[in-house]
Parts: sequence; structure tokens; C-alpha cells
Amino acid sequence: MLQFSIWKKIVIIGLCLLGVALAMPNAFYTKVEQHNDAVIEVATGLTETPERKAAIAGWPTWLPSNLVNLGLDLRGGAHLLAEVKVEEVYATRLDGMWGEIRDALRQERATIGTIRRQDSGADELRVRISKPDQIAKAIEIVQALARPVVSLTGVGATDISVSGENGEIVVRLSEPEKIATDDRTMRQSLEIIRRRVDEVGTREPTIQRQGERRILIQVPGIGSAEELKSLIGTTAKLTFHPVVRTTSDGDASPGARNFVVPDLEEDGLFYILEQSPVVTGEELVDAQPSFDQNGRPAVSFRFNPTGGRKFGQYTADNIGSPFAIVLDNEVISAPVIQSHISGGSGIITGRFTVEDSTELAILLRAGALPAGMTFLEERTIGPELGQDSIDAGKIATMIAFGAVLVFMVLSYGLFGLFANVALILNVALIFGLLSMIGATLTLPGIAGIVLTIGMAVDANVLVFERIREELKTAKGPARAIELGYEKAISAIVDANVTTFIAAVILFAIGSGPVRGFSITLGLGILTSVFTAIWVTRLIVSIWFEWRRPRHIEV
Amino acid sequence: MRLKLVPANTKFDYFRLSLFTLGASGLAMVLAIVMFFIVGLNYGIDFRGGTTIRTESTQTVDVGAYRDALAPLSLGDVSITEVFDPNFPDDKNVTQIRIEQQEGDEAVTSDTIGAVKAALQALDSNMSFPSVESVGPKVSGELIQTAVLAVFLAIGAVLFYIWLRFEWQFSVGAVAALVHDVVLTIGIFSVLQIKFDLAIIAAILTIVGYSLNDTVVVFDRVRENLRKFKTTDLKDVLNMSINETLSRTVMTSVTTLIALISLFILGGDVIRGFVFAMIWGVVVGTYSSVFVASAILLRLGVKRDWTKSDNGGGAAGTQYANIDA
Repeated sequence: MLQFSIWKKIVIIGLCLLGVALAMPNAFYTKVEQHNDAVIEVATGLTETPERKAAIAGWPTWLPSNLVNLGLDLRGGAHLLAEVKVEEVYATRLDGMWGEIRDALRQERATIGTIRRQDSGADELRVRISKPDQIAKAIEIVQALARPVVSLTGVGATDISVSGENGEIVVRLSEPEKIATDDRTMRQSLEIIRRRVDEVGTREPTIQRQGERRILIQVPGIGSAEELKSLIGTTAKLTFHPVVRTTSDGDASPGARNFVVPDLEEDGLFYILEQSPVVTGEELVDAQPSFDQNGRPAVSFRFNPTGGRKFGQYTADNIGSPFAIVLDNEVISAPVIQSHISGGSGIITGRFTVEDSTELAILLRAGALPAGMTFLEERTIGPELGQDSIDAGKIATMIAFGAVLVFMVLSYGLFGLFANVALILNVALIFGLLSMIGATLTLPGIAGIVLTIGMAVDANVLVFERIREELKTAKGPARAIELGYEKAISAIVDANVTTFIAAVILFAIGSGPVRGFSITLGLGILTSVFTAIWVTRLIVSIWFEWRRPRHIEV
Repeated sequence: MRLKLVPANTKFDYFRLSLFTLGASGLAMVLAIVMFFIVGLNYGIDFRGGTTIRTESTQTVDVGAYRDALAPLSLGDVSITEVFDPNFPDDKNVTQIRIEQQEGDEAVTSDTIGAVKAALQALDSNMSFPSVESVGPKVSGELIQTAVLAVFLAIGAVLFYIWLRFEWQFSVGAVAALVHDVVLTIGIFSVLQIKFDLAIIAAILTIVGYSLNDTVVVFDRVRENLRKFKTTDLKDVLNMSINETLSRTVMTSVTTLIALISLFILGGDVIRGFVFAMIWGVVVGTYSSVFVASAILLRLGVKRDWTKSDNGGGAAGTQYANIDA
């Protein structure tokens, strides 16, 4: 039907206007971006400086202000794909259980004899008992310490599996517990990375979990992947260990269950420490830069109740012995415990500058990454290269656009002009949709738009060619136009569905720039079908009713 | 006066030389496969791991000097290519350096990048590094797998859709055309040794989409004409359909090519390979929808008379008459 009901007209015109309105902010990108930034800054409580006021006034608040995000390849920035070494956490978990297991076994010393922890692989804890024939009893004692796994999948399972091997009790994490632990590790890592990246305050970072144990980090505007790596890779792992002795030989044999750690300040000074920490930084609830009694920069901290209790107990039992504060495998200081420290707070002194103490406090507060990371993929794109790509993309799009417009008019005259209006609306709609869903525009994405410009006319070409054919069998222009649309529709639908299938598969499987391409391609197909079937037809219908031509030339 | 790329009523016979064209296509495909196995593709770091560094300097580039500067670092296979682009100003000299994957899972170590940068800057102090990208071996292996999977999934999904909408013979014809396009694209990339990375996979999938688009438009007309001219010879129906849609086929290819060529010339060197793949795909895809898809359809034949159902109407496919009902 060439006629449209009034409602259809309103909906079609309304959608087009909406698309144009949503796309418009992108034409004033810098202005709108400054406006948006200033609004956010003021909303987070920063003062309204004249510059911010000017920036806010630069774009009227009642206008849409959503922008297309620019991908890393256009804006510049760093991209990292990190794999978290989740297994590292198993050892920490088992170490954490050691105290409890030891106490439980010691209570039964009469039956199972003395106990001694053995060196073992990272994912197991081995205890030798002096009466091996009582191993079944010992296993039972340890098994009693098992707790149910806290997760949705591991219902009914316990967190450890205990077995006996050659007179040794072997404790391992159960599979459901490993899965639950992995998941916790991942979430913790994500959270810590997010906090650290946020400290730098860059715009729209992407921090995403990918698959089982990978994290994708994209930060626009950061200088290099190196910088990003050092920002998130600093572990800030704080632990407190009992000191066995000091030595000047870094290769000294530390003895079972001990390890050697260098001093942070003094070269050639090494500490031999017990491997299991008394308390760890994970039990910190707060850390602040401060000053010690001599006015030197220091970091004060406070433990949570469990940590505070352990700390208090240990200091009460070990007055007079040194106690090492270890940060990232270096001893910051090893003060001698002067008195029982209750209340769970303390202070770390060292040879800090004020900046050092501030940074250390931030790192401690954000917490340590629970496990190390391997960086599987890293990309740095400089902002100049991104700008070059934007410029090149802009020029290419303009030229492509202009050439196609001219070509269409030359080929189809007035109808070509109609198709051109639809084409312009089509591009506006793509940008409008991209801004609305907050999609990211990448360089291949720009290529997708250019390709759409070329292909968007296809639906119109199909219709126009069909109208030409129908005109030959001459049943009057109105009928020819009607038949043209009617008969072209199946080809348009089939042709576009197939391309859309390709776009969907690209979106599902691709990542990064490829995905950006699939988004613009897919949206372009939707909008081009919409504009060809409804918008051009509406224009043709309005024109036809107005002019009532006796015969038409397509 | 209208610009007409194709005269109004064409009466070409596309199958007079079908033995020759099918043979040529087959030969080209064989050559492409041979090239792929003998010469191989110039894989980018997405697929084989390693690091690429883009350098930019106002001084002219001496690739030999760069190579000598990097030689003491013993990084294994290092390739240095100068990048030329008509849009660069005279004092902008760009190179692309590719370093093979170093030991270990890690994409690259900070030390390696630092050493390379230092060595190059010692040579030319105003050199900058607009992009540094590294991909580790674990990821590159997966990227190849997903890329191949994507191409197969796309072809499979399309095969299914066309079978649903048309007949299995159409489906086979369309997919043969697709495979033809994909194989020839891989062939041209191994002949010209253009960098083959993830973006090229995206381009290949677009070619899949475009080539189909073209094939489907022709098939749609064939379907319509088969219904209209029930007794006409299949060959004549195919010729008629292709002739009727020829003007549209050419128009769409030309507008798409206009857009792509402007992007190829002006879009910068970063996406030139990607755009080249698409231009090639449009040309090959247009050719294949006529000379491969339709030619195969002609050879397979189409069941015309559904009233004489030979096996109780259980044949695969949909009756034409029901399609647009």
C-alpha cells in the first residue's frame, strides 16, 4: 500500500527525529564530553570552578548528551588481558588452616603422639605424626574441622579432603572448595583492580571478567600498558612474621618451614622468618598515612577483630622477640615487641617519605591482589595514532557518503534523492543507536559504517529496479510503485537476514575491535532496512499524493 | 537523462561458457589452496603471538640501521617494514616492527619492550612509539580457533537459513559460492603476503554476508520466475533472472565499491588490509553469485513439479508456493 495511516506516519517520523536527536551530540563531541565530565565532577562533590561552569553551560542540559564511546584504537590507551594464577590462593588457604589443625591435633597428643608439619607441594598440607598406627584417628580429628562449602554449586560438600599417606596426614582443598575459592579470588581481583584503576581517575575504564580466570582491562587515556601493569601489578602484600634470626647470607639455608627475606633498606641484611604469618594484610580494616613519635612519616593501621585478637595474643606471648613486617617479600622493619599490643592497631615505621607512606596506605587499603597475574595480551595505542585514525575515518566517510549521494541522484533522479534522504537518516540512526546503548566505536566500526553506506542503498536499489520493471508492464505509476515494494520485500528480507546472521556470529565470538565492527554492521542492517522499507516509501508516498504525477521516471 | 551502468534489457547467456568459468573458478581455488600450503599466510601477532611496535620519526628510516640496532638484543625473528601512506606528511616516517614470541606464557616482558625502545631511541632520539601490541601464545592459539569457528558457524547458519527459505540445491549453490569467495580471499592474502589478523576474519565474514546478499537476490528472482514460467527450461529461467537483476547487482556493487575505495585510499594504513579484503570480497562475491552459485544450481537442477511427489512429499525443502503465503 502506498498510503500510510496517520499513526504510522507519526511513528516513522517520530523514530527518525528521535534518532537524529540522539545522534546530534556526537557532532559536538568535545563540547558535550566536557559538559558531561563537568556534570559528573560537580555531582561527586568537587567545587564548581569557573571552567566547570563554562563547560556545563557549553551544552544545554535538556538536550540528549549520550555520546558514542570511542574505542582504544581511536582514543588511545592501554589494553591488558591478565590471567589470574588462582592456584596460588590454595596454598594461602591451607596455610591459614594450619593453626587450627595443629591445635586440634595437639589436644590429642596422648593418642596420636607428637606432630610435625612437612614440606609439601603448594596445593597440600602434610603433617607427620609420631604414632603412625593412629593415623585413622588423626584423620578423623582433622576431618572434623571441615566446613561446608559456601557456594551454590557445592551444596553438601566440605571444604577439605583429608587422607593418609605413609604415616602422614595429607590435607587438600576439595574440588567444590577449589571452584568456590577460584570464584572468590576472581571477584576479589576484579574489585581490587577496579579500585586501583579508579584511584587514577581515568574515564570509562573497562574491567571485565573473561572466562574462568581471565580479566580484561582497558583504560583509555593512560600512557602505556607498562604504566597500567605497574599500577595494578603492585601486590602490596603485607604480612607479619615471627623472626627466627638474621643473617648476611642471602643463600643461607632457612630450615624447614622458614624462608629468607631481604631487608628493604639495608643491603646484605637478610631475615630468616617463619613461613606462616601471624597476621596478614587481609585482616586490615584501615590504613592511613601518619607520623611516628619522632615526626617521621609512617603508616598506621587497624586490624579487624580476628586479626586484632591474633596480633594481641602473639604480642602478649612474645615480648622481647623481634617481629617482622613484610611487604611484597621485603622486610620493612622488624621491631622488638616491647609490650602486649591490644586493640588491634599499630604503626609501620621505616625510611618513608610522605609520598611513600601515602601510597603505601592506599595500597594497603585497596588490599593486596589475592594471587599473581600473567599478562597474556597487552596493547598500547598512542592518542596521536587514534586521532589520526579518527581524522582519516572522517574524511573517508565524508567522501564515500558524497560519492554515493551523487551516484544515486545520477542513476535514479528524484528517487535517488529520496534514497539519499533515507541514507542520511540511516547514518544518523546508527549513531543515535550507538549513543543510546553506549556502544563503543572502533576503527573497524567506522569501516562497518562506511560499508553500510554502500550497502544501505541496496534495499532502495532493489525497490527502484523493481519499480522500473513494473513500469514497463504499465499499470499506472501508483500500481508500479506499490508492486515494486511488494515484490522486492522478500529479496530485501532474505538478503539482509543472511548478512545479519554473519554480524551476530561476529558479535558472539569476536572481541575488541571485531566486536565493534559487528555492532555497527548489525545496527546498520537494521536501520537500513527500516529506512528503505518505511522512510523512503513514506517520502515517495507523500511526494506522490502531493504531485499526483501521470507518469514517473525512476 | 539517467546514468545507466547496464542497458535496460540484457539478454546475456551466462552459462554458454559455464564449463570454462566453473573450471577457472575451480582452478583458482586449487591455486589458492596450494599457495596457502606452500607460501602460507603472513599471520599477524593475533594469530601467532609476538609483539609489534609502530615507530614514528621525523628522520628518514633506514631499515638496515634499525635491524643492526636490534640485533644485539637477540630477540629471534625480527621483521621491520616501512609503512607508506599517501596521507602522511613528508616528515612523518613510520615503520612497523614485529618481534617473534619470546619464551613463556607472558605476552612480553617489560624489559624486552624497554630494551627495544632504548636501542631505537639511541639511533634516533626523536622517535616515538604510537602503538605497542603484544599477544602471548596462549591467547593467539585461542584466537585462531575462535576465528575458524566463527567462519564455519557463519557458513553453517547461512546454509541452514537458505535451505529453510529455498531448496537444498540453492543452499548448496550459495555455500559453494561462499567457500569459493573465502578460499580466494585467503589465496590472495597468501599471494600478496598482506598481514592476516583478526580484523581480516571480520572482513571475511562480511564477505560471506555480502556474497550471500548478492546470491540471495538472484535466487529470489529465480524462485519467482520458476513459479511464473512453469514449463520454461531451467537454464532460460536462470538466465532471465540474472539478466533482470543484473542492473541491481551492478548498482549495489558499484556503490559499495565507491565507499570502500574511498576508505582504502583515505582511511589510513591501519585498516588498509581490512578494507582491501572487503573490496576483493565484493568483486569476487559478485562474480561468484552468477558464475558459481547459479551455475551449480543449474547443474544440480531443481524439482519443478510438486504435484508428482516421488516419495510421499517427504523431500527436503519448502514448496515455492508456500513461501510468501
